[in-house]
Amino acid sequence: MNSNKKNIRVGTGAGFSDDRIEPAADLALNGNLDYLVFECLAERTIARENLTKLKNPELGYTPYLIERFEAVLPACIKNNIRIVTNMGAANPVGAAKAIRRIAQDMGYGNLPIAVVNGDDVTEIIRNNPQLPLMENSEPVEAIIPHMASANVYLGADVIRDGLNTGAPIVITGRVADPSLFLGTMLHGLNWSYDDYPKLAIGTTAGHLMECAAQVTGGCFIDPGKKDCLDPVNIGFPFADISQDGSLTIGKLDNSGGRLDVMTCKEQILYEMHDPKNYITPDCILDISDIEFHQEALNRVKVTGSKARPRTTTYKVVVGYHDGYIGEGEVGYAGPNALARAKLAEQIVRDRLKSRGFSYPEIRVDYIGISSLHGAGVDRPEPYEVRMRFSARSSNRKAALAVGFEVRTLHVNGPSGGGGGSNSIREVLAVKSILIPRHMVKPFVTIEGNL
Amino acid sequence: MKVYDLAHARAGDKGNTSNISVIAYNDDAWALLLEKLTAERVLKAYTNVAKGPVTRYELPKLKALNFVIENALGGGVTVSLALDMHGKSLSYLMLDVDL
Repeated sequence: MNSNKKNIRVGTGAGFSDDRIEPAADLALNGNLDYLVFECLAERTIARENLTKLKNPELGYTPYLIERFEAVLPACIKNNIRIVTNMGAANPVGAAKAIRRIAQDMGYGNLPIAVVNGDDVTEIIRNNPQLPLMENSEPVEAIIPHMASANVYLGADVIRDGLNTGAPIVITGRVADPSLFLGTMLHGLNWSYDDYPKLAIGTTAGHLMECAAQVTGGCFIDPGKKDCLDPVNIGFPFADISQDGSLTIGKLDNSGGRLDVMTCKEQILYEMHDPKNYITPDCILDISDIEFHQEALNRVKVTGSKARPRTTTYKVVVGYHDGYIGEGEVGYAGPNALARAKLAEQIVRDRLKSRGFSYPEIRVDYIGISSLHGAGVDRPEPYEVRMRFSARSSNRKAALAVGFEVRTLHVNGPSGGGGGSNSIREVLAVKSILIPRHMVKPFVTIEGNL
Repeated sequence: MKVYDLAHARAGDKGNTSNISVIAYNDDAWALLLEKLTAERVLKAYTNVAKGPVTRYELPKLKALNFVIENALGGGVTVSLALDMHGKSLSYLMLDVDL
């Protein structure tokens, strides 16, 4: 049941799991959208949500799912906007059930939801310990005992299949970010999955839109140098795509932020390595000849992207437990602040050592001097400095001791140390694997009745 | 003259690799950046942050350079001990480079 429109408009509802809520509601209400896409999964989100699901089998989807759907459902139902999202994380079926409960509570009755399954390849990885890691070519075997998740980045074809069911909402686990958007175009414009010039356009649109406000003035403003209007109310982008493959990125005229050639250039190169070889599950995108043209206020036309055929593999992200990070901070100000902070560091090092703890990696930052760009030369000494001590360990007690020994500085350390904090966190690391496509069998199920 | 006077920039992350775009404000700035902001110059600027190697990609139609800086993010976003695990602030280390 492909639709066969001449033009569609696709909006971004979120660009990461903790994104703002209001811009999506504004787009749903006033954007004249056909589709609204929420991208909410970072690399380790699924690993983290698998742990949540172990504690409560109904959970394991992205934390703000309820708030996001409450904010956009009325306008999406009224305006017939299809929603596509990877908010399912480790539990897309559970997410669909949760959305159906909200819809019921809001008076929309039985809302059918298409669920994309099959991105979870934990069992396949367990059965193929010989598969090499992309990072170091070693077999995945060594991390299998600590594995918390293994998910393939599915492509746009599964989004199209979900939309083809006719369900107003498609929810997924891991799908490549641009593919969430491209899938709406395969469906709405009836594009072939082998029409690479079209896949190039759709993937480009997806890449520009997947981080939401990052193309509309977010992550851009530098006061007095690169300004934008009304940064408080930065709007999220939409794309107008035609069946023959023209693409214009836009934002609502009454929203804040800015959308122009400069913001588009920054975002097209975001997380890009070789501009001729941007690999997605759908194609190999080449943006080396891309051009942006300001068509009107808040409208940028995009041309010149190309694509080559997709690879024969899917990329898998394996999440695994990798010990703990302990950290503590304490601040000093006024005369000799840096010397006091440095003494504090030495005391913590020596106390940890005398308690018998050692660490494979310790990092000390002087916030205000060296915490972001490392220890440069000739940095002026600031009025205030905050010493941050962090270390990793496979031993929870050793990691806890880090924050503990920073905390004890308040009473047992240099003069005038204040504003301390300490924490410990469990590390969920990720590594990548390429697996042959034939090993993966994605499929769509329906929650509720169509 | 600093890169800040010639270009704008954005940092992105993938695993333990940071990529930093440098986008020239005009043709003169583009010519200067092409000549002077080499991969070697960038590796030197990032010496306290990254091991490298650094690869430079040129995008003449955008008047932009894209630097891919490997071994830059403390082992990767998910395991890094750094405060700025994603290296979002690293674009301003590029803009601070004196040419």
